[in-house]
Formats: sequence, structure tokens, C-alpha cells
Amino acid sequence: MRLSKPKKHPVIDERLCKKCNICVTFCPKKVLDARTSSAPAVARPEDCNACELCILRCPDFAIDLEEAKER
Amino acid sequence: MSQGRVRLLQGNEACVEGALAAGLRFFAGYPITPSTEIAELLSERLPRIGGKFIQMEDEIASMGAVIGASLAGLKAMTATSGPGFSLKQENLGYAAYCEIPCVVVNVQRVGPSTGMPTSPASADMQQARWGSHGDRPAVSFMPSSVGETFDLAVMSFNVSEQLRTPVVFLLDEVVGHMRESVTLPEPGSVKVVDRKKPTVPPDKYIPFAGEADLVPPMASFGDGYRYHVTGLTHNERGFPTQDAKVATRIMFRLMEKVLRVRKQITFVDYHHVEDAEIVVFSYGSMARPSLRAVRDAREQGLRAGMIRPATIWPFPAEEVRRAARNARAIICPEMNMGQMALEVERAVGPGTPVLRLPKVGGELHTPSEILEAIKGA
Amino acid sequence: MPDIWKYIRKENLPHIWCAGCGHGIVMGAVIRAIDRAGLDQDKTVVVSGIGCSSRAPGYLDFNTLHTTHGRALAFATGIKLARPELNVVVITGDGDLAAIGGNHFIHACRRNIGITTVCFNNSIYGMTSGQYSPMTPKQKLASTAPYGNIDRAFDLCELAKASGATYVARSTTYHTTMLINQVTKGLKRQGFSFIEALSQCPTYYGRRNRLGAGAAMMEWYRDNALTAQAYTKIAPEERGEKFVIGDLYAADEPEYTQEYQKIIDRLAGGGAAG
Repeated sequence: MRLSKPKKHPVIDERLCKKCNICVTFCPKKVLDARTSSAPAVARPEDCNACELCILRCPDFAIDLEEAKER
Repeated sequence: MSQGRVRLLQGNEACVEGALAAGLRFFAGYPITPSTEIAELLSERLPRIGGKFIQMEDEIASMGAVIGASLAGLKAMTATSGPGFSLKQENLGYAAYCEIPCVVVNVQRVGPSTGMPTSPASADMQQARWGSHGDRPAVSFMPSSVGETFDLAVMSFNVSEQLRTPVVFLLDEVVGHMRESVTLPEPGSVKVVDRKKPTVPPDKYIPFAGEADLVPPMASFGDGYRYHVTGLTHNERGFPTQDAKVATRIMFRLMEKVLRVRKQITFVDYHHVEDAEIVVFSYGSMARPSLRAVRDAREQGLRAGMIRPATIWPFPAEEVRRAARNARAIICPEMNMGQMALEVERAVGPGTPVLRLPKVGGELHTPSEILEAIKGA
Repeated sequence: MPDIWKYIRKENLPHIWCAGCGHGIVMGAVIRAIDRAGLDQDKTVVVSGIGCSSRAPGYLDFNTLHTTHGRALAFATGIKLARPELNVVVITGDGDLAAIGGNHFIHACRRNIGITTVCFNNSIYGMTSGQYSPMTPKQKLASTAPYGNIDRAFDLCELAKASGATYVARSTTYHTTMLINQVTKGLKRQGFSFIEALSQCPTYYGRRNRLGAGAAMMEWYRDNALTAQAYTKIAPEERGEKFVIGDLYAADEPEYTQEYQKIIDRLAGGGAAG
């Protein structure tokens, strides 16, 4: 039986992301890492607490949260 | 029209009556002599029939509000004179390009600039065609009597709705302020044209795609058709485009949608032109002394005639050319420096001299002045 | 989490705004506020003027109207008076609203007409490549202020309040949750609501004045925004570039189109005109 919310992690739409790295800068859990010529990497998805601040602050509508797949 | 009621009306009043008979339900304007009576009368009449009146902070805002109201589904009008007409040009161009039906009344006074607010002129004729930047189609009517003011006000709305284009309704201060006896048609007996509405569901609606008549149906904001309107050069779906082919296609359609019905919207009167040697080309209040002069000339044995366009734009070039084909001179009495004379010259070609008779001091021509010109031609 | 995609014309994305520009954040806040306020999508009209922020309506799936520079409020007034049941939202920028649009701004406030106006204030004319606006602070650089701006900036919220707006608020792209709440409040209120949203322009204002990229400019908002209470506790000479955010003013006054309807109703009931 589940005792907690299902884990979520960010997914980024490469086509819409303009690589401004606002999501990287303001993630309270430092889930994301900036990369030079592509969208940020979701480096530590397990740390995501689904606060949704990245979604609110993404200017490009490029980031969303998806439920983590069960292992 | 059926037998109606006889009233003594001012020209501006007749404009109001015609507009209301045609379905006007929104007016936004700003006071400016000699058009202010139109605003005052509508402030009183519109709320009585559930219509809306607002005095905006300036002429530019008035034109904007008129466009907004038309998009929301109401037949909308504004009224002004020279200085206000100048202010409206940007938004007028917007209305033409975005195909917004509306009527802009210009009761012309002496200009340029502040001019003589209470004295007549007809010096905004070319501005009615070209006043806004860029290309746009133009439709303008100009009455010569109070009764015709009513009829052409109705026509302005009907053509505006049929073609989805603004109509500039030109008066001059004489017609605007004079009083004549008018037989108003019975309420409900006036033929009213409404804009076409879409017959397809919202997901199939293409807001700027012309139908067979080159006019797109117009959905009202709030009726379930969520579309985009922009003054940026746009495509048929209403979104901005840099595509030269699309921009060209839409521009040509806008022009053609008016020109293809040119004959239907061209109203010209002819007096004694069949055998006329001297033809007087006259419009607006100037047509009154012109007709008197032509009749006096005939009584004195001179073969004079008059062409009187009530449709100013598109300019009735074909009609002028045909009516004046036997004339050896054309006289243009205008309360400007020869604005429509330019069009007459272009229409008749170099073979027929066009004589200008400008009166730019705020006075209407007298019949004897025009008669003198006929004799001296 | 609301499904905001139903409010977006996805086929028109990616939008034209630069990487790091705050306008997408403010637009997202407006969408979320419309959703939270429960507005009927078909009955909502979004009107804008000219400028970077004014491109927003093209991406939004409502009845959208992109007008002439400075004139959004005039067009919006016509729509709202013609059909008061429609929800009318104006999206504008600092130049569009406060320079060429200044007159229409103060009169819309004065009428207290039921329109919610969100000003995407980036303190610059972005679309035309970085000239100063009436919101560019003194001494900042711009393409037409190469020696430092000598103009003072408006306080748009004070201007709105003094002109008669009945809800006035300010937030920033950093304070997104607050911004969503403010726009929601404005949409639910009857009269003229004005929300100023500070939004970064990293490409022109930011670069010219060495303020860093989008994220850095948002950090500056975070570090310099204060509530009105906190602001008053700082001595004037120490305030520097600090600014106030939050709900700044709210009042209940008759809404313009409702007042006009009273005239119509009175006349219909056979009442006297005056």
C-alpha cells in the first residue's frame, strides 16, 4: 500500500526550451544541471519534491512533471 | 420607401436617424464642431433602445472603441471633423485591414489644422481615400441634402456590413447644419444588411478567408469562435506572417472585394448632360448652387449640365468619363484646392480641360459664381 | 496542477521572446489566474497593444485582439461596454501603457470599467531593441540614453490608484505565486484592476546595464522586492533600488458598464432621463 505521493520528476521539451536555466537556478532541491548546448539535465530526479516552481517559472512552457516509472 | 413621417431635420440629425434605422447600437466619439450634434443626439437616443454611447477621452480612443464594439457584434459609429479625422487614421487603417465593419462620419470644416470650426469646406476628400498609411480599400459617400443624408447613412452601414470594411461618410458643415424637410420612412421599412456570420463550427472557421464574394464571414467575440485579430500583416487564419505571397493575396482580396461591387455602390446623378458642352462636376452642398447655375445657364441658352456623385470612393471614373464625353470643358467647384478635380482629370484624360473653382475661405459657392465660370469656359 | 494547455495555441509555440525573458512567466501566470478564476474561455477576450508583451494574445486560445500601439484599453473599453458579460483582459507593456497609452490608461482607471490590465513592465522598449521607456530608472543606460537616463520613472501603481483604479497590485516574475493570486483577484473583481508585473529583459535592459541573464535578473527581484510594511521601516536614504510588491490598493466603487446599464434600465422602465 502506498504511504506517500507517487514520485515525480521534471521532463523538459527540448523543442520549446530556450536554455535560460531559470529552472536550474531556482530549483530548491537542485534537481537540474545546466548544459551548454541543450536543455538542462534532470540530474537528480529522486530529489524532486514536486514543488512545481520550475513549471511556474519556466518562460517557455517547456518543463512539466511526470510520475516516475516504477522500477 | 413607404409613406412615412415628415420632419424638419438638421443634416446631423438625419445622419443619426439613418444610422439608427440601419441598426446602429454603439457610438463612441469626442465633441468637435460641426459634428457634435451627432454625439449629443446619440447620447440621448441610444440608451433608450438598449444601445451604448460613450464619450471617449479623444478621437483615437473613439475609433478604437468603435472597432472593439464591432468585434463584439454591435454596429458601431463615430463622428468627427478634420482634426479628429486626422487623429483616427491609424485605427481607421487597422479597421480596413482587419475588415471591421464601422462608419466614420466626417463633417468637414475649413482646415488645415484648427481652421474655421464653424465654416464649411470639402477639403478632406483625398484624406478619406489615402489618410492612413499603407494601402487599403476605401468607400465613401457624400450627400447633398438632408434627406439624402438619411439615405446615405443607411447605405454606409449596409455597405460596411456587406463588405466588412469601414465606410467614411462625408458631410460638409453646410449639409450637416442646415435644416430641410424630410419624409422619414416607417420604422422597420428600411432595408438593413447585416454582416455574414459563419455557418461552420469554430474549428473550421477561417476568419480572413473570403467566400465567393471575397468577404469572410465575421464571428463576434464571445460567440464561441475564438480567433485572433491583429494589425500585423496576417494570414487567412489571422496570425502574423512574413510570407510575401500570403500578404499579397490578402491585399489584393481586400481591394477586389470592394471593386467587384463598384457598380452596385456607385450612385451618381446627372442633370442635362446628354448634350452638355460644359459639364459641372459637383458634390456635397456645392451641388446645390451648381444645379441652380446649370439651370440658369440653360435658360440663357447655354448647353450646361451637371454630374453629381454621391459615391466619392471608389471614384466613379467610368461614369464621369461617359457623362462628359461630349463636353469641351468640365468645371469643378470645390471647397478645397481641387482635390476631386484631380480625379476628374485622371478620368477624362488630357483631351478635356478641367477648370477648378476653389472656395477655401469657409464659404459655399454662389450660383452666379458658377454661372460666370460656365460662361467663361 | 491545472491543465493550462487548453488555453494555449500550442501550434504557435515556441514564442518569439528571448531566452530568459520574463514575459513567458507572466503570460503563464495570467493563464493560471484565468483558470483559477473559473472564467469561460469563450467569454474571455484578451486585448493587447504593441510591444514584446503585446505578442502574448497570439499564443492564447481566447478571443484575442492585438491592436495599435498604446490603444489596447480603448479597444477593450468598446468591447466591454458593448458586451459587459465578457471578461476583458488587457496585456500591455511599460511603453505601450505609460508612454503612448498614458491617456487611455488614466481614463480607463477613472471610469473604473471592468477590465483587468496586466502590465508586463521590463523598464525598456524591447521590441524596437532597447530604447528607454517611462519606466526606465534614472541613470540606467538604453540605446537612446547612451549617457544615462535623465528621465524619472512613473510609479504606475500610484498613477493607477490616483486615476481611480479600484484594485492595484505589483509583483514580479520571481514572485510567481503572488502574481497568479493578484491577477486572479483582479479577474474576480468588478471594476478596473491593475497589476504591474516586473519582468526581466535580459537582452537589452539587462545586457546594457550589466544585470546578467534572466535568472540573475530574477534574483535581483527576489533581493530588492519588499512588502509595503517592510519598505516603510527602511529610512528613505537607505532604500536605494528597493521596491514594493503586494496588494497595494483595493476599493469598492461602481463599475462603469453597470452604471450605464442603470440608465438603460431606468429609461426602459419609463423613468426620466435624469
